[in-house]
Amino acid sequence: MGTQVSNAAAGPERSPFLQSHFTEMVQQFDAAKIGMWLFLVTEVLLFGGLFVGYGIMHASHPEAFKAAHHHLDRTMGALNTIVLLVSSFTMVMAVWSASVNKKKLVVLFLVLTILLAGAFLVVKYFEYSHKFHDGLLPGKFYTHQGDTVPGQFLFFSFYFMMTGLHGIHVLAGMIALTWLLRRALRGDFGAGYYGPVDLVGLYWHLVDMIWIYLFPLMYLIS
Amino acid sequence: MNWFRDYLLGPQSATHATEVDSLFMFIVYLTIFFFFFNGALIFYAARRWRRKSDREITPHITHNTKLELLWSLIPAVVVFVVFFWGFKGYVSAFIPPNEALEIVVTGKKWVWQFEYPDGTRSLNDLHVPLNRDVKLVMHSEDVIHSFFVPRFRLKRDVIPGRYTELWFRATQPGVQQVFCAEYCGKGHSDMLARIFVDTPEQYETFLREGDEQTRTMPLGELGRLVYENKGCATCHSLDGTRGQGPSFKGIWGHPADGSDGKNYVVDANYIRQSILYPQAVVVKGFEPIMPTFQGLLREREILGVIEYIKSLQ
Amino acid sequence: MENVSSATLHGSGHAAHHGDYLEDPKGLRSWLTTVDHKRIGIMYMWSVIFFMVVGGLLALLLRLELLTPKQTLITAEMYNRVFTLHGAVMVFLVIIPGIPAALGNFALPLLLGAKDVAFPRLNLFSYYLYVTGALMALCTLLLGGVDTGWTFYTPYSTTTGGGVTLMVLAAFVLGFSSIFTGVNFIATVHTLRAPGMGWFEMPLFCWSMYATALIQILATPVLGITLLLLVMERVMGVGIFDPQLGGDPVLFQHFFWFYSHPAVYIMILPAMAVISEVIPTFSKKTIFGYKAIAFSSIAIALLGFLVWAHHMFTAGMSLFAGAIFSFLTFFIAIPSAIKVFNWIATMWRGSISLRAPMIYAISFLLMFTIGGLTGLFLASLATDVHLHDTYFVVAHFHYVMAGSNLVALLAGIHYWWPKMFGRMYNDKLASVGAALVFLGFNATFLPQFVMGSRGMPRRYYNYLPEFQGLHIASTIGSWILASGLFLGLAVLIASLMKPKEQLARNPWGGRTLEWETASPPTTHNFDEPIALRHGPYDYRPVEEIEASEGVTR
Repeated sequence: MGTQVSNAAAGPERSPFLQSHFTEMVQQFDAAKIGMWLFLVTEVLLFGGLFVGYGIMHASHPEAFKAAHHHLDRTMGALNTIVLLVSSFTMVMAVWSASVNKKKLVVLFLVLTILLAGAFLVVKYFEYSHKFHDGLLPGKFYTHQGDTVPGQFLFFSFYFMMTGLHGIHVLAGMIALTWLLRRALRGDFGAGYYGPVDLVGLYWHLVDMIWIYLFPLMYLIS
Repeated sequence: MNWFRDYLLGPQSATHATEVDSLFMFIVYLTIFFFFFNGALIFYAARRWRRKSDREITPHITHNTKLELLWSLIPAVVVFVVFFWGFKGYVSAFIPPNEALEIVVTGKKWVWQFEYPDGTRSLNDLHVPLNRDVKLVMHSEDVIHSFFVPRFRLKRDVIPGRYTELWFRATQPGVQQVFCAEYCGKGHSDMLARIFVDTPEQYETFLREGDEQTRTMPLGELGRLVYENKGCATCHSLDGTRGQGPSFKGIWGHPADGSDGKNYVVDANYIRQSILYPQAVVVKGFEPIMPTFQGLLREREILGVIEYIKSLQ
Repeated sequence: MENVSSATLHGSGHAAHHGDYLEDPKGLRSWLTTVDHKRIGIMYMWSVIFFMVVGGLLALLLRLELLTPKQTLITAEMYNRVFTLHGAVMVFLVIIPGIPAALGNFALPLLLGAKDVAFPRLNLFSYYLYVTGALMALCTLLLGGVDTGWTFYTPYSTTTGGGVTLMVLAAFVLGFSSIFTGVNFIATVHTLRAPGMGWFEMPLFCWSMYATALIQILATPVLGITLLLLVMERVMGVGIFDPQLGGDPVLFQHFFWFYSHPAVYIMILPAMAVISEVIPTFSKKTIFGYKAIAFSSIAIALLGFLVWAHHMFTAGMSLFAGAIFSFLTFFIAIPSAIKVFNWIATMWRGSISLRAPMIYAISFLLMFTIGGLTGLFLASLATDVHLHDTYFVVAHFHYVMAGSNLVALLAGIHYWWPKMFGRMYNDKLASVGAALVFLGFNATFLPQFVMGSRGMPRRYYNYLPEFQGLHIASTIGSWILASGLFLGLAVLIASLMKPKEQLARNPWGGRTLEWETASPPTTHNFDEPIALRHGPYDYRPVEEIEASEGVTR
């Protein structure tokens, strides 16, 4: 541990949040920002693979995909889209509050964002349990009766893989937001230091954006 | 330098091979040239400018635009030549001529099955006429295989769920080796086949009566070959152990209990029926899973199997 | 040692003198929880060496089995499992992490004049992901092994038994380890260069590592999702790769090679990185064509994304697609050729010292020439149709992955060894090892080119008797290769047994920053603030550099 602690107080005005191998906060923030953007790139590519797979399977089974998507509940999907869009807004507000040093507002907006994320998962839970009940499950677990077009299970394979992976990302976002909330309650974030809020915000917008692509792709095939 | 080409590639046996080989040899000489060229430069430099003292001062040469352009352009020109050459050869291998003889190839773990236009089938032995365009239409029943004929310089993957094509015109009479080139499990390296390049007369005879071997070999031996090559061995053992089907050992002339409750005696007619209409009588305790060999075995081959079973006392 | 570590803890305010990073702090626990890039690099290095021995022993077993056309030692099922494990271990556990994670972690911050990588904790996390992935890969043995080949082609991989799912998940975890290393390196190069070090004053090692990291970040996620899809296919039968369910098995190959072809450049770019350091140092001469080498690294990284389908020329793609992919593949040959000529030009009129690292570097140049040129056979459509999936391909990629990458890894280990451990190995014996590696390698793989062009398919357990002569030659070669590698390893380990000496900071006379700190470096790399006095490969006398200052800057 000596390596970490040793240089922490090298300069007189060194911020307590500055790690020993950086010389100034700007440098540390730049590094973190580059790191986060690169991470987001990998996330886009991860989902990109699924989107390409979906596109290819959709192109080879257009009728099956069209028939299958009628089982999805557009109202719930639209509701979730709105929930996530609002949560993006509250996230932006949390970052802004930190940047103008309004520490209480940071806490408020983080709580709102976490609640909205939770709401998204609750809606998703109802959608999933309805599908489970109807036997609209991926791959070999697909037991739904009375399909007119063969291959509909392919649609549900992708539906569950893509919304499932997205759901895991929402969950990870909630964990990150809760961590932020803990630090915000401690009063860590203010005009001088709010990098983590900013970066988790970036991640959260990406999670929203992926949903904005998923929604029309899954719910609005025409 | 033909000996060198033949050593590296083996003889050419189809029209397509000539073009591939000249390109191949061109790149071989290119590789040899650049290897020795680079090697000579490196060894010359290492000898000529070997460090003698740690105080040596070297010239400060950071770059030389002309020289660098030169050694960017030379490789560029070389690779474009190779690209167009290779593309030309690929086009001719890719587009089959219209009037080609069409043979359907099925790959499955771990055999090749061929079906000729007149319905004749053969297993692992493909007969084609000499100097005639042949087109193979191929698909797989399980995993991906690849049909590879080294001396034709041809290869094409055989894929489940889609058809792939391969065409050639054999220029040398004789037998050519076929390999499976896409890894397909335990028997991958035994998934071999042979192409018999026949004269037109031989080819006609083959379609009518089967190949030379089938026509002349003693019946018992022919039966053993059929047993080994046509898949009997997968289910029927020779030593009495129970497989997917009953063992062949000692059944000749003995009674067999049918699952229909009747008793049968294993004789020539019984065996013949079991080969052609396997579901007619199923021995008690076994599943009715044997496929029919109608159209797959010739009359003489069936006689051979009967003779072979007779010998397994 | 108690007092040393406490001195570090409390001495922060002063111009602290840290101890040698290997000793300060002491204890196994301090190593396992370290965030020091040098220690993480060393841990990676020993892990990589361990798996290289494992993968190498598997290779020896394979070669021994191939001595005779039929069964020699092991059964066909066993053979298939062994070659799969050999491939998976060598690719995912040795070559991909080899130079970037082991040498890169150790050297990159030092070369940049940084105290550490940008995200030290992420770095340690990436090491533990690597260990987790490695253990998962080995655990597949308990589930009956994996017999798919390291490429996991569907539908074979979705239908065969054994530990395929676990092996695929292991590769997934290892992919993330590689992504995190890449993220770390890019952020480090962007933000932690020494004050005054511009992009074109970075050592070329850093450029190559940067290019490697770009590929790690842009390609590995696609592998990740591909492998997840494969797991889903096996566990749930989702249907995307299964022709019977309406899927397409060839789609898997496109997905797989979209990652795995760029991954070939994850394997070769770091090798080029090491060579760009070793050759100037042992030629005592500035690198020839710095910018050409730097830009060709980036060009290779980017072009590497456009060529994946050249692995599928025989899988039945359209004529047009085949032409495009072949054309783009040839493009990559050009930057690779430029680099080779630049390295040779660097040696030209230099002051060449043939120490062990340089012998490895020269081996690299020769074998990369063969590896690269034999790539032309496979990029060219007509010849690839004949050579695809034969031993020619096996020989070609071993020349690139082993002949070039592993040899460069060995060059790098020998080059930075005195810096890592403060001890010098027996250079004579190490050079003998290097020569044996070169001889053995060529004896093993040259015959395989001939086998391949004569039609011997790869992954064959039984083979036709006509190939036996060449197989015997290859197997004997593998013994020479193994003796060279073990000699090299023994020489290195023997140097650690010697009592510690006061080794010079700069035993080779290099001009990059790592040679300006102690051997081994202190915990914080550099005790004095870094002042760049010359470029990374500037071998002119000091007065001359100072005189030219106005001109170059």
